[in-house]
Amino acid sequence: MSPFKERAQILKKDPKLINYFFKRLFQSILVMLVVAFVSFSLFTFVGDPVNNMVGEETTSEEREQIREDLGLNDPIYVQFTTFVGNASKGNFGISYQLRRPVSELIAERLPATIELVIVSAFIALLFGTLLGVYTGINRKGFISDSILAVSLLGVSLPTFVIGILFIYLFSVILGVLPSFGRGEVVKLGYWTTGFLTISGLKAIILPSVTLSLFQMTYIIRLVRAEMMEILQTDYIKFAKARGIKQRSIYYNHALKNGLIPVITIAGINIGTLIAFSIITETVFQWPGMGFLFIQAVKFVDIPIMSAYLVFIAFVFVMINFIVDILYYFIDPRIRNKEEASSG
Amino acid sequence: MDKNSFFNRMLDSDVFFSFKKSPTAIISSLILFIILFSSIFAEIVSPYNPFDPKSLSLMDAFIPPSWSEGGETRFLLGTDGQGRDMLSTIIYGSRISLIVGFAAILFSAVFGVILGLTAGYFGGKYEMAVMRFADVQLTVPSILMALLVDGIARGLIPKNLHGEMAIYVLIFAIGISEWPQFARVSRGATLVEKNKDYVSASKIIGVGNLIIMFKHILPNILRPILVIGTIGLALAIIAESTLSFLGVGVPPTTPSLGTLIRIGDDFLFSGEWWITFFPAIFLVLLAFSINLLGDWMRDTLNPKLN
Repeated sequence: MSPFKERAQILKKDPKLINYFFKRLFQSILVMLVVAFVSFSLFTFVGDPVNNMVGEETTSEEREQIREDLGLNDPIYVQFTTFVGNASKGNFGISYQLRRPVSELIAERLPATIELVIVSAFIALLFGTLLGVYTGINRKGFISDSILAVSLLGVSLPTFVIGILFIYLFSVILGVLPSFGRGEVVKLGYWTTGFLTISGLKAIILPSVTLSLFQMTYIIRLVRAEMMEILQTDYIKFAKARGIKQRSIYYNHALKNGLIPVITIAGINIGTLIAFSIITETVFQWPGMGFLFIQAVKFVDIPIMSAYLVFIAFVFVMINFIVDILYYFIDPRIRNKEEASSG
Repeated sequence: MDKNSFFNRMLDSDVFFSFKKSPTAIISSLILFIILFSSIFAEIVSPYNPFDPKSLSLMDAFIPPSWSEGGETRFLLGTDGQGRDMLSTIIYGSRISLIVGFAAILFSAVFGVILGLTAGYFGGKYEMAVMRFADVQLTVPSILMALLVDGIARGLIPKNLHGEMAIYVLIFAIGISEWPQFARVSRGATLVEKNKDYVSASKIIGVGNLIIMFKHILPNILRPILVIGTIGLALAIIAESTLSFLGVGVPPTTPSLGTLIRIGDDFLFSGEWWITFFPAIFLVLLAFSINLLGDWMRDTLNPKLN
């Protein structure tokens, strides 16, 4: 079942927006609390935080003092409340390996990841929809078959292999695009952007295309399936019978409805892109959060890992929440049903 | 020969008929068979044992593939920085990749099917809890889930055991990230099966729930599980190679395909392209043929699943 139909069913049971809103909000908060608890357990039970902070020569009295100061001797629920309080202020302690506040590290790396993800999402949505519509309308034919074959190959090609191929082709052989880093960046207050320099724009091409490919194949298949389903419906057949032009049927009647699931998918898409950016960032040594996270996993740097966990959960929950709410406004069938029943 | 023997029945079946008719299925299973065979019998098939320090010589390092300039016929696909024969390391590497892939998918299949089957059979609050959990996990990309589990496991295991435990950690991490698919599919199939007459009949004559579920229902829902499992195998192999490429998978002492690609990646700029290319091509070939086979199986075994 597609996420689209799933939500439609939930809404059919209870079409009131306010109930729906609070139900979803409550679920989101619940998920965040569970994630916070996992992240907190990481801190508390994985390794000894004191051991990770002090050197070999620290005496056991000093260690005990630090434990007391950090509140590690408090009951678990007190520690957890403190943790949630600190986390909501963005305070995740100090990285074991880099010896700097985690919040600072993340703030530094965040712009790189966000820019990469936005450009990739744009590429994936644009080309995914175009190719999906094309293959949905022209079901048979050489071009459609090749697009679908390539998209199946795309699923089998791991992201990092695509990245390496691109680097070899465009950086090593042709030497036209840089293979690592963000190029020159411009500082805008807290934000650093690569969009304003030529080297920055050049640097984002390879990583963003690499990151978008997997999502693109997914969107192609989704839009294609949706278009094919819609072209079978009665209203399209009726439009054909009325003698409306082929072009108009495809692009005015069918495409509009075919795009609804794409909009819902676009949200989830961004979450997936953030996750997959870990791989792309490693291949292209892109100084973003994924790169930071993978270093943290290698060196078991718990504060960064747990902060990343909370951050990514927050992004996912927020996106899902927004998509759920948007959904209510996008699908007129649900709205009309409510109006019909109330009026 | 006995007409009803298993072999004859298989040759006579619809599945085999559709297999004969599909060139993609034949080619992909042939490729798969070659890869499986050579990795199982790596000691016999591969020209060298790349992990035997005695046979290695640094004099042999960075030899290009045999057909290009400077290549030698004794190393068909060239050698890496330590003088290891590429073909042999790939064969041994694919063995590690396949072991992790199969073990991980088996783990998640057993875990997912048990949860899905019991959820579908018993229903109620238990079913809701299991499926809700699966839904929540499905919103998280499985590669991220595997990375997080991998990271947590590394934190729990003492540092000196990381190398030894790496392969088990990987199997667990990838396995746990794929179970919701199995749970969903087996629950859906169980919901259909449990209302059939044979289940009611078994209940009436007093057969226990466990036996009904695992002896009577399970064989009837195996087809969709097999399809999911095949596609899942490709995903698991890709996940393994990705984690190893990122440097949090199997250690370089027992390299998988992903580890080999990572090692070779360092030599890309100095022109030794073959060290990273051949493992990468091999990995793609492996994943692609499994995916093609999975696609064919989905069309043949379970038309409804589309």
